[in-house]
Amino acid sequence: MTMSGYWRDIFVGAKSLITGLCITGREFFRPVVTELYPYEVPTLPARFRGHIELIGNDETGEPNCVVCGMCQRACPSGCIALSGEKAPSGKGRVLTSYMLDFTTCSLCGSCVESCNFNALRFSREYNRVAFDRSAFQLDLMARLKEQNLKEQNQCKP
Amino acid sequence: MNDIMANPLVRALVYMIGLIAFAGLNAAYLVWCERKGAARIQRRTGPCEVGWAGLLQPLADGLKLMTKQLLVPDGVDAALFRLAPILAMLPGMVSLAVVPFSDTLQAREMELSALLIFAFASIGMLCVLLGGWASGNKFAIISSARAVSQNLAYEIPMLLTLITIAFISGSLNLRDIALEQQGNVFHWNLFRLEGWHIITMWISFIIFFICSIAETNRAPFDLAEAESELVAGYMTEYSSMGYGLFMMAEYINIVVGACLTTVLFLGGWGCPFGLAPGWWWFALKIYLLIFTIIWVRWTYPRTQIYRLLNLSWKVMIPFSLVNLLITAGLVKFL
Repeated sequence: MTMSGYWRDIFVGAKSLITGLCITGREFFRPVVTELYPYEVPTLPARFRGHIELIGNDETGEPNCVVCGMCQRACPSGCIALSGEKAPSGKGRVLTSYMLDFTTCSLCGSCVESCNFNALRFSREYNRVAFDRSAFQLDLMARLKEQNLKEQNQCKP
Repeated sequence: MNDIMANPLVRALVYMIGLIAFAGLNAAYLVWCERKGAARIQRRTGPCEVGWAGLLQPLADGLKLMTKQLLVPDGVDAALFRLAPILAMLPGMVSLAVVPFSDTLQAREMELSALLIFAFASIGMLCVLLGGWASGNKFAIISSARAVSQNLAYEIPMLLTLITIAFISGSLNLRDIALEQQGNVFHWNLFRLEGWHIITMWISFIIFFICSIAETNRAPFDLAEAESELVAGYMTEYSSMGYGLFMMAEYINIVVGACLTTVLFLGGWGCPFGLAPGWWWFALKIYLLIFTIIWVRWTYPRTQIYRLLNLSWKVMIPFSLVNLLITAGLVKFL
């Protein structure tokens, strides 16, 4: 190593060390970004994908679904099982059950994309955990009732 | 009260308990400080579950370590293996006995107290060697070989800078060195205007500070416990409090290093403005130094072993030698 290289190494090295200390020193006084998970509700991104849920009609709260079965056909994992019956009015069909097997769902979103009747969307549920597989056999009809109840409660006050 | 303290036995006992408590509490709570400091630098919160702001975390960790089994694996030298962590704790504790925390707060005044601390620091390194050797583990042996070569390399520039201090103060007694720096900041060895020592002392200070980080095996010089290469180095085979004691020894050594730097360069217990000298200034200085050491650790990545040795033999030692010559010249001719 040449003598000038020796001095350059020392000065350049010292400068970079001080730069490093400045950076960490600055970070030290900046606010913490940790989300204290169980105590804080995270701010979910706008396009967050939870498991799918049914969308209820704004007035009646009944599902928008017309039981066309496009979602069932679009699902690559076959995790959607739905059934319907003839509507009492005689026109079209109404949904009687909508079962989602969330254990095999990969959240690809093909069902939501294929729906032409604004009847499906991604929920915002981010912490569904259980010790038992059966907890992931979701009855979306029952869930829709809960959604409607929650909405009512929010509207009242 | 004074009559009781005049009794040498009582005095020794009180200081012994005090120093052990000081060392133990520091070892426990510096871990907390370190974790908090690291977290803040990385913009995390650090421990915050056990007690307010995680303040009981060190106790929980200590309890956990104490309830674990001290495993002595097959093929280790059982006696040495058990002895090494205990011996590792001792040098730091003994060194604290000669540190003058204030004008009136010092366990034992000694003519060569600065040298005593260096002697015990070397013994501390010997314990690392002992632990590594007794483990009979190749990672541990490589680690302790590294620790020894590192200690050897960095003791030389450290002692050379100590000689510059000895030139200025005319003493190796820590109390005398600190007493001699009383007054405002320009009486401190680091910024000493008298005799133009400010010209060389800042270089001494930087060399001494870097060496003290290297001597205490702290990042970026923690080659002895390089997790990515050596698992946990000399501590690989240790579990339970065996590991805990090595950990505590590391933190006590940091405290001793900070105390020594404070006494040698930063005017001991003196106030920067010449007001109300006392142990509180000493505490403030050592904790600022310790904070800097933590800050350094969480800023720089670990160096490599040959770079570490090059830094000592090619940069630190020549610089400290020239520094010593200039200081000698200043002392002689000014």
